[in-house]
Amino acid sequence: MPVIQFDGVGHAYPTSAGGATTVLREVTVRLTEHRVGIIGGNGSGKSTFARMLNALVVPSTGRVTVDGLDTARDARAIRRRVGFCFTDPDAQIVMPTVQEDLAFSLRRHGLPKPEVARRVEAALELYGLAPYRSQPAHLLSGGQKQLLALAAVLITEPSLVVMDEPTTLLDLANARTVRDLVAGMEPQVVLVTHHLDLLDGFDRVLVFDAGRVVCDGAPVDATAHYRALVLP
Amino acid sequence: MTVLATYVPRDSPVHRLPAGVKLTGLVLAGLGTVLLGRWWQSLLLLACVAGLYGVARLTWRCLAVQLRAVALLVAAIGVLQIVVAGWERAVVTCGNLLALVALAALVSLTTRTDDLIEVVVRGSGPLRRFGVEPERVGLLVSLGIRSVPVVARLAGEVRDAQLARGAATRPVAFLVPLVVRSLRHADRVGEALIARGVDD
Repeated sequence: MPVIQFDGVGHAYPTSAGGATTVLREVTVRLTEHRVGIIGGNGSGKSTFARMLNALVVPSTGRVTVDGLDTARDARAIRRRVGFCFTDPDAQIVMPTVQEDLAFSLRRHGLPKPEVARRVEAALELYGLAPYRSQPAHLLSGGQKQLLALAAVLITEPSLVVMDEPTTLLDLANARTVRDLVAGMEPQVVLVTHHLDLLDGFDRVLVFDAGRVVCDGAPVDATAHYRALVLP
Repeated sequence: MTVLATYVPRDSPVHRLPAGVKLTGLVLAGLGTVLLGRWWQSLLLLACVAGLYGVARLTWRCLAVQLRAVALLVAAIGVLQIVVAGWERAVVTCGNLLALVALAALVSLTTRTDDLIEVVVRGSGPLRRFGVEPERVGLLVSLGIRSVPVVARLAGEVRDAQLARGAATRPVAFLVPLVVRSLRHADRVGEALIARGVDD
């Protein structure tokens, strides 16, 4: 498993008034587990934390490393290892049809066309998308879109998959499909979610509040802490 | 079937034609229409294009959907042409327009986006010396195609939200939230592209 290391990480976004909004404060954590959950209220800093793993956000202070690579210096190398799944699949699917979007993920790998086609075909079968291979992405259901977005990440065989609230826009059945997929994933997973049942079987869960990790432990303890925090 | 013409897989001679040939044919047909001055020539062109849909093993409904998208506009142009230049000119203008729209849709319906983009990337190759990255041009084209249904969905959501709140359907009240939401979507797409390694 990749080793994720946050050392005294802080982050602030500039405001239009010329000030800054601090979203992460002095976060120091080392993650080596297979499945790590991140929970917290809105604006608690969990999405910024997740984005730092893919170098989409570089910390204002401190240092983030993934597998020894510094996100501030080695962003490209990190993105080759770290896949990112967003809340809204419509923002992530960039090609018009299902198989074209899967093939798009492999473009940076410089593979010959037959190999790309073989991998795409395998992914279509594996994730149950084969019946929709030539279908325009906008005609897929919300669950199918999220499945495609996830498949487009997994086809690159990342060593770490970061998922930022991937079930927020999904119904119960589709959320369960995503949960089952996550449960069977080989790479390390960092999952940000408001759906606490997704964290069953996770190895470790961090609870964020006001930019700090306020609880770090097993899912049962962490979710109990979170409930007490937001529903006192 | 949607108004947006996207690839429909079939085993047909039109599908098997290289994307470059189809795009060149489309451009030549566009240029060629200026030579058509008789009403029957335009109707013949329209019939030929309709015949190509048959060769491509696409249904008439498929053709009708493509033409329906521009029907109002063409009808308006037709009425104007009848008043200003007579019925023969109206048939020529409307016939050519409909034939070209149907032909452009036929190219989209029978060509994978990947293949179209490859042609665009190859065609933009000479621009590399001026600092243009052909791969980025290709990506722009695919993003453009992909964004049409997304913006259409956003427009539907804005309209529904306004109707639900009893707001009047003034153009500004519709356009401002649509532009804001489209820009937010563009931001998210940009972030997703970086995450998917487009910068590599």
